Parts: sequence; structure tokens; C-alpha cells
Amino acid sequence: MSDLFHVSAAPHNRSTVTTKGIMRDVMIALLPAGLFGIFNFGIHALMVMAVTVLACVLTEYFFCRMMKKPSTVGDYSAVVTGILLAFNVPASLPLWMAALGGIFAILIVKMLFGGIGQNFMNPALAARAFLLISFPVRMTDFAVGKVTQTADYIQKGSVAIDGISGATPLAALKAGEAVDLLKMFIGQTGGTIGETSAIAILIGAAYLVVRKVISLRIPLAYIITVAVFVMIFGGQGFDTTYMLAHVLGGGLLLGAFFMATDYVTSPITASGQIIFGICCGLLTGLFRLLSGTAEGVSYAIIFCNLLVPLIDKATRQRSFGKERVVSEK
Amino acid sequence: MGRLTFPGGIHTYDGKELSMDKPTVVLLPKGDLVFPLSQHIGAPAKVVVAKGDQVLVGQKLGEATGFVSAHIISSVSGTVKEIGKRLTVQGNLVESVVVENDNEYRTIDGFGDDRDVGKLTKEEIRNFVKEAGIVGLGGAGFPTHVKLSPKDDSKIDYVIVNGAECEPYLTSDYRMMLEEPEKIVGGLKIILKLFEQAKGIIAIEDNKPAAIQKLRELTAGEPGIEVVALKTKYPQGGERQLVYATTGRKLNSKKLPADVGCVVDNVDTVISIYMAVAKSTPLIRRIITVSGDAVKVPQNYNVAIGTCYGELLEAAGGFVDRPEKMISGGPMMGVAMYNTSVPVTKVSSAFLGILKDKAAVEEAPCIRCGKCIRVCPLQLMPFELAALSNRNAEEEFIRRDGMECCGCGCCSYICPAKRSLSQSIMQARASVLAKKKKA
Repeated sequence: MSDLFHVSAAPHNRSTVTTKGIMRDVMIALLPAGLFGIFNFGIHALMVMAVTVLACVLTEYFFCRMMKKPSTVGDYSAVVTGILLAFNVPASLPLWMAALGGIFAILIVKMLFGGIGQNFMNPALAARAFLLISFPVRMTDFAVGKVTQTADYIQKGSVAIDGISGATPLAALKAGEAVDLLKMFIGQTGGTIGETSAIAILIGAAYLVVRKVISLRIPLAYIITVAVFVMIFGGQGFDTTYMLAHVLGGGLLLGAFFMATDYVTSPITASGQIIFGICCGLLTGLFRLLSGTAEGVSYAIIFCNLLVPLIDKATRQRSFGKERVVSEK
Repeated sequence: MGRLTFPGGIHTYDGKELSMDKPTVVLLPKGDLVFPLSQHIGAPAKVVVAKGDQVLVGQKLGEATGFVSAHIISSVSGTVKEIGKRLTVQGNLVESVVVENDNEYRTIDGFGDDRDVGKLTKEEIRNFVKEAGIVGLGGAGFPTHVKLSPKDDSKIDYVIVNGAECEPYLTSDYRMMLEEPEKIVGGLKIILKLFEQAKGIIAIEDNKPAAIQKLRELTAGEPGIEVVALKTKYPQGGERQLVYATTGRKLNSKKLPADVGCVVDNVDTVISIYMAVAKSTPLIRRIITVSGDAVKVPQNYNVAIGTCYGELLEAAGGFVDRPEKMISGGPMMGVAMYNTSVPVTKVSSAFLGILKDKAAVEEAPCIRCGKCIRVCPLQLMPFELAALSNRNAEEEFIRRDGMECCGCGCCSYICPAKRSLSQSIMQARASVLAKKKKA
């Protein structure tokens, strides 16, 4: 620096909160669910996570280089996208598919629309939808067991999961079978890498709330709506086990706390966030009860992502001391 | 009664411990004194002295032109050395009167004489305030006699004394509340004489318990005056926030406090009113907080208006190390300085030396976290207004209430992407105002 004094317009005071710090907090919050995923599904879950993160970060890095723009990987948002994508795929997914998902998330959904802050849809969920359409069989192959022999795995370098390719709790529920709520709460069930353990997700979510990274508006509105919806339309009456199975099962908790709260793709006003949560809940309930599949969270969220501009427009807040809301053109 | 707080706002390191426990020190000027003719909102004053004239303490150097304007009064006795353009804190050149101090402090006739306030008419009180050149000392510099002259005196039901002092580092108002509380109560009583229907409220943030206690003791026997403790949060001292916190009434930018039955004056303004009316002493001094981590001995000084900032710094022992930034005023709404050879004016409140400039940060893209919306005390959508400003969409900016912005800086402070939101919004605001003025 030169000997000159800094001169700039007020304020001369800035908080220590940064985009990078927020993303770091999200990464920390994802840690319990990630660790449980590795514990539950074995080393291949870790490999999938590593591949998606690497694919996301490298895609963003090379895209920035090709476009001759300063690299934005330093804000860690690509890392978060990578982790979330891995959390939304089965542990048995071939690594090249995981990599493809990561590239799709960053290149198509994020960077082509202008990079961080500009994507209109949650990149991780959009990539999950892309993978689900492209590889429906591998994407719904939910193994319950662990990779039994790590050595064997390393040798072959391929998927060798020993265990039953079991149904997820929600699929069981849909088929009219019984579910074990305690196992669902702890996470010893089939499903994608990061979605099975309610307790691990809740620990991470609590951290985000305490750190004021997220508010409870979207997650609570979302979860309560789903609970009420399945109570009313589930055909099971006021069966709390059934209701709780819907809350704990599938990607609802992961989606409600970590995906629907994504800043870029959720409404910015407080009232808009509640409306958004309710919309996600209604769609999730609808998909779960009426569609062919047992799941519904990711489609519900990415569909509601598209409603965000509309919700934002409708929920503009009234400025202090003004009589009427200024209407949009 | 209000809620003692307001929506939005921020909590930040306040740095007040550096200077709050030290008594105010009187600092006599050494060099020439410079009196810019525009130290207030409204028309600049007109020079009424000529080069070579002898002037006395309390003598008018510039006379108010029109109703919304204020006199400029000499704080020393001596010779008018020059009349010409001088650099001010804002960085622009302003027509100023330069007075060479003879260090004798000879005063005009009647200066400092006691007056029997009880015998004064409303007309006389307002006139004394006007003659004393008093403007809002909270920072805006709006001529006080205008504030004290609403359309209908009987419609005013609250006179609010602003002792919030929410800007970080600033402790000058706090020191005055501890050192000259009788003058605050006396000044408030004078204002209440103008508005018989009104109740007096002295509003202080609850991080200043000593000041609250002192003023409560002093006003214990006054049924018409209440001391209220406000929740500590920036910008609690903002006029619209303060009126809402104390009375629950809401103001927008097009309204004045008088429109909702309130008159708001800063504590030091109230002291100045007391001095002008009861003690025949015009506004010729300022209490300035000299502070910041770069300043050797943080301290409050009682200085003559017109004194050079450099003399303040010298009195405070200079810098411990070269600061990256020097600020006149607080870190939230103050002005960055590049030169200390500028005069203290009526609206100067502090001189800060900051070692590490927190505002020297790179902007990153907006991630729509919504923090700016939640801290905006006026419930605007800063990220959106800043974007409109950046693309010069002024019509849309106005439609979305961009002109309501008070420039408190909370949005820029909180932004994790370090975007200059408040700066962009203020720029569009200034541009719109300038065009309006032209039209």
C-alpha cells in the first residue's frame, strides 16, 4: 500500500461474516450426516462424496479459467454443492455417474446461469434429478449393508456392496409394510448417503440455527405441512407412527434444513420463506402419496425454486412508515 | 409509549470504553480558526465581516440567509485574516472566514449574561436560539430554530432529547450527560415552555447506566419529564428509529417529527439551547471524541468551533502507528478524511484513527442471504435497491422506496459478500435529489 490514507464512503465498519464463513458453517453442519453415511454405507460412500466434491470444484475452477474470470472456488460453495449432491445419491452409485452429476450441477445449473448467486435452482438437487432420469436403476439401488471388505474394494476398484439392496422406509411404508421409527431416527435404514440419519441431520441443523446461518422459517413450515398433509390425506387417520415415518423418512429432513434453505434459491423475505416452506410441503405430500415413487422432496424443492421470483414479488415488505406496499410493475 | 427499540439494526463493537471514563478536556486553539459559511442544512450564511476587521467572541461572521439557514459565529477574538475557499472535512472547498486568534477571548457585550427564563416569551426564546446559530448537533445540522417552530405548537405532545449516541466510539454526548446534566434538563424545560402540551422524554441507550441514573436523579421531581432506557442497538439514535422507540409513532422520509407531534433534539443541542437562552452564549464550542485504536490517548475535548483537526490529534498525543483510515464522525456514518488540516464545524462529533480499515474488502456476488433486509431499520430491500442503483434504474429505485434510505450503513455492515449496498443506494439517492433540485 502507498502512504495515502484510505478514503471511501461510509460505513467504515464491516462485520466479520463472509460468504466463505457461511459455507464453512454449512460444511461443518453437514459433517455428522456425512460421517454417519460413511458409517452406515461404508467406504464407498466416502468415495462418492470425494468424487462429487472434486467434480464440482474442478468444474467451477476450469469454467472460471476458460471464461477468463477470477476463480470463485475459494468461497467453498462448490464444495457444499458437491457434498449435498453426494448426500442425495445412493452409496452404490458408480463413481463416474457421481462425477457426471457434479459436473452437471456446477456447469449447467450454476455457472451457465452466472455462477454463485445466479442459479435459479438448487444445483445439487437439479443434478440429482438429472441422474435419476438418466440412470433410474442405479439411482434407486439403495443398499443397506456395508462394503464388507475394504481391501477387496480397493483391489477391484469397483462397487462391491455386500448386503441386500433393500427398500427405503418410505417405499416400505408405501407398500403397507411396518417401519422401525427408532432405526429411522438413528439412520440404520436404506436410502441415499446423507438422508438416513435424522439425528445426525438435526445436530447439523441445530448448529446452523445457532450460528444464525439459517432460520427455522422454511424447515418448520415445510415439515409441519408435510406432517399435516399426510395426516389428512394419508388414509391412516391420526396415526403418529405413520406421520413420523413420513417426517423422518426419505430426504425430508435433509431437504428441509439443508436444501430448501439454500439462500440463492429460496425467497428472501420472511413471509415469503414461510409460503415457500408450505409450497414445498404440499408438493412433497402430493408426490409421496399420489405419484408412482415413494420420494418427493427433491422434485418438490426444485419445482418450488422456480416459484421463488413470484413469491418474492408477492411478499415485498412494506417500508417503515409507509402506508401501502409499493406494487410491482 | 413505544417499545424502546425498533425493527432491524445491528450490534457491533462499540469502542466506547476507550474514552467514556475520561473527563472532557478544554482545548484552546493555537493556530488560525476557519469558519466555513455552510455548516448546516439549508442556505449558506452571508459574510458580514471584511478582511482586516477585528472580531470578538460571539460576534457574527456570517448571517443566515432565509429561514432555513444559520448564523456563523466567531469562537475567538482576533482579526479576520482572509475570506476565501477552504478545504472542509467533506473534501470540498467552501467559502470560509479565517480568523487569526489574538488569544484574548474578548467577548461581545452581554455575552454570558444570565437571563430569567421564566420571563421570556416564546418569540424571544426562538429568537435567542436563532441568534445563537444553533443547528442539530447530532450530525444532520438542521437549523434548530426551524425545528422549534412547527405550524401548531399545541400539536406537539413529545419533546424527545436524543441521548442514544449509538455510533461506535463516540462518547461526547455521554460525557455531557454526566458532566452537564443540569443544562440538559434546563434546556429541555426551555423547549417545553414552547410546547405546553408536550411531555419531555430523555432517551438514552441502556449501555450508559451512569447517564440514565444521573438524569433520573435530576428529574425525579419533574412530572413532565421522563428518562427512558432504550435497548442498545445501532442506529437507535436515528430520528425515525428514536421516535418509534419512544412513542411508537412511525415516520417516513417525507414526514418531519413534528408531523407526528414530536420534536427531537440531540443532548448537546439541548445544552446549546440552554446556553443560548439562559446564559446568552451562542454555539461556539463542540465536544469532540478523539478515539480509535491508532490514537495514543483517546479523549473527549471541548474545542472552539473553527479549530483545526490537526490540533485535536496533537493534543491526543498523535498516532501510535499510521492509521489506514481517519474518520470525522463515527465509523458507520462518518466521513473518511485524507487531510487533518480542516476545521471543526458545528456538526463535527469525532475524530477517529483506525489502524486497519475494515471497509477495504473485495466485493463478491450477492448470495441472497437476506441479511440486509433483516437489518434495515427502514425495512427496505437493500440488495435490490443497490442493484437498481448500479444499473441507473432511478425510476424503479424511487418506486421501491429507495429515497427512504437514511444511509445508516447497516446493510453494508452485515453483507457477507461485502457489497457496498448502502454506498450504492446513497449514490442513487443523491443523483435523484440533484436532478430534482435542477428541475
